Amino acid sequence: MSLNKSLTISVFSESRAGILHKITTAFSRRKINIISLTVSECEVEGVFRYTIEVEEQEDSIRKLVLQLEKQVEVIKAFYHYENELVSQEIALFKIPISAIAAGKAEKILREHNARVLTLEADYAVIEKTGYRREIMALYQELESMPILEYASSGKVAISKPETDIRSYFNKSVPQHAVIS
Amino acid sequence: MGQLIQEEQSQLIDTGIKMSGARAVLEILLREEVEYIFGYPGGAIMPIYDELMDYQDRLKHILTRHEQGATHAAQGYARTSGKVGVCFATSGPGATNLITGIADAQIDSTPLVCITGQVSAHLLGTDAFQETNIIGISMPVTKWNYQVTSADEIPEVLAKAFYIAQSGRPGPVLIDITKNAQFDTCNFQYKKCLGFRSYIPVPSINDLQVKQAAEAINRSKKPLLLLGQGVLLANAESELKHLIEKADIPTAWTILGLSGLESDHPLNMGMLGMHGNYGPNLLTNECDLLIAVGMRFDDRVTGNLDHYAKQAEVVHIEIDPAEINKNVHADYPVLGDAKAVLEKLIPLVDQNDHNDWKERFKRCRQEEQKKVIEKAMNPTSDQLSMGEVMKWINQYSGGEAIVVTDVGQHQMVACRYAQFRQSKSSITSGGLGTMGFCLPAAIGAKLGSPDQEVVAIIGDGGVQMTIQELGTIMQCEIPIKVVILNNEFLGMVRQWQELFFDKRYSATEMMNPDFVKLAQAYNIQSERVLERDTLDAAVHRLMSSKESYVLEVMVAKENNVFPMVPTGASVSDIILEKPNNYESK
Ligand SMILES: Cc1ncc(C[n+]2csc(CCOP(=O)(O)OP(=O)(O)O)c2C)c(N)n1
Repeated sequence: MSLNKSLTISVFSESRAGILHKITTAFSRRKINIISLTVSECEVEGVFRYTIEVEEQEDSIRKLVLQLEKQVEVIKAFYHYENELVSQEIALFKIPISAIAAGKAEKILREHNARVLTLEADYAVIEKTGYRREIMALYQELESMPILEYASSGKVAISKPETDIRSYFNKSVPQHAVIS
Repeated sequence: MGQLIQEEQSQLIDTGIKMSGARAVLEILLREEVEYIFGYPGGAIMPIYDELMDYQDRLKHILTRHEQGATHAAQGYARTSGKVGVCFATSGPGATNLITGIADAQIDSTPLVCITGQVSAHLLGTDAFQETNIIGISMPVTKWNYQVTSADEIPEVLAKAFYIAQSGRPGPVLIDITKNAQFDTCNFQYKKCLGFRSYIPVPSINDLQVKQAAEAINRSKKPLLLLGQGVLLANAESELKHLIEKADIPTAWTILGLSGLESDHPLNMGMLGMHGNYGPNLLTNECDLLIAVGMRFDDRVTGNLDHYAKQAEVVHIEIDPAEINKNVHADYPVLGDAKAVLEKLIPLVDQNDHNDWKERFKRCRQEEQKKVIEKAMNPTSDQLSMGEVMKWINQYSGGEAIVVTDVGQHQMVACRYAQFRQSKSSITSGGLGTMGFCLPAAIGAKLGSPDQEVVAIIGDGGVQMTIQELGTIMQCEIPIKVVILNNEFLGMVRQWQELFFDKRYSATEMMNPDFVKLAQAYNIQSERVLERDTLDAAVHRLMSSKESYVLEVMVAKENNVFPMVPTGASVSDIILEKPNNYESK
């Protein structure tokens, strides 16, 4: 039995209500747990990019990616190893303003390259972008403040090899608009 | 919607007439050359049904007795005609009743367009009367689905629906149309969909892959070709025959590949899988090359994958990239439509003969003949066997009939023994194994191929799952020859209980109605056969009747279907008869 790997799946699809459901059911049907999922429009208008992190056997992800591509709205799906991606995450921490006032936070924020987004009467919100491990390192330092609220995004990733999603469009279909 | 318009390539057929969304639906069906609609009305689809009154001369509506029956009838129609099957149903329970048939069509790659009515758009999400989220429910079992909430969307969405259902690997599409969209006016113009950018239905053929596959075939001393439904869907029967004749390749078929090669072809070695023939199963583990064409290595075909053809190289010709390496590793995958691939492959393949290898199949056949087939077809006991009923059906059909089967022992017996001379003549529920499929599917099969006789072979269990479709047969006067093989058991489950569960017959014995009287209540001719003496003549009456006919045959209660690859076993551990001390699991 081979070991689970950290893999990142990128799915490019047309925008349409329900497509997220189709994508996630492809995972749940095979009992593949999604660690994080991020969706945004990509550089091609109308095409959405789903970045999905999993810990799984590579073979099952290879098959899953083909099943994802089978959806008629999905243009292309890939999976990547960690080292094939440039990736980033963002986290927000709410801590008591007293922690800032007492001067405990400044050094930590500097060391971690984090910044203060807002200062209010009772709390401050701090932002950190980076790898998950960097975010977790900051989390540990801030934990004693204490952290009043914490939220983080999934992974946003771009693959190192050049991929132009347009090259995966069905070439036999002209791209001009048909006016009705 | 702008999205859909932009992406499509389409062919303008006509422009700009104002009409209701409901009427537009029917105009589109005409333009897609739909002949039959299988359906059942209800509140949310009434505007469409109302318009249908004005189209009765051009669109024939078959009122089934249950929406599940509508889907299976549409499947039968699609499979014999090669066209898209169309269903109508209302919202809520009408829509959910479609699900079994849609799931069956999805796993067996059958093109359907199902149109469901839905509550008005402003009521969506309010738990309105008969509102159900059919888009959510059907998503995992459709090739595509879409909810239309305004009349203007109807032409483009339906054009896409017909295109998706039948292009590439076919499948079911469900379009949910809210009631307001049916009532509202649209500016009707119709363009057939010819493609859109995110969807590549047929992968283009890589010539290197074809060349490598041809070289593997030319090197092979012991090739075995596995014929799947992909061959039938691609209309590649004659190319396939050309290939196997040229390279002299023994050929076996999956249950959905049945009839793709005529039964008496010398290279037809029979059925694969759990109750398939002895030779093809045993020799799967001896061949040096498997050539899979349009099949997906279902577990009922492969048995235990750890012991499946490990000695062989594999050529896999397939239209769906997701099937390559899914269950069995392909050394030589060839992506593409089966017909197009075979056309390229044939010239690269050497003329060959494999007489010694074919001799192996022949010897397996002789052994199977002696130990299994002879007993099944000409039993010595007084009790009638399913096999001998098939023998007489073959006798009077001459292999020209369409044989539709349900699910269970009778299905395996019918598929093993029915003779076929024409392709697309065996209709069965393969991937889902849906009991209740047969009777409605037979109705559709007859409409899809009206010149062929249609014989429906059904168990006493399965027939009662959709028996109400006798009403459809009566009302629409569709001549179907129904054969109920009555063993007073849910036979296939009973067989497993006998072999693997210490004969503990939990919930498999059936008390049945008088099927003959039941058929007569529907004004359908019917008779019952109890003894061998009267079987031949009764089958003759059945087959020569101009009208529908129900023949009930009382068969042995506890016969088993053999050969059998027990679950979890390797295909080469296929057993020909029940071992004396079979270990139950
Ligand atoms: C809808 C459905 N329910 C249950 C089953 C499980 N099942 C498979 S075969 C079978 C028995 C079928 O009995 P019958 O129709 O009498 O046919 P026989 O096996 O006796 O020929 C059952 C219950 C099924 N395939 N489909």
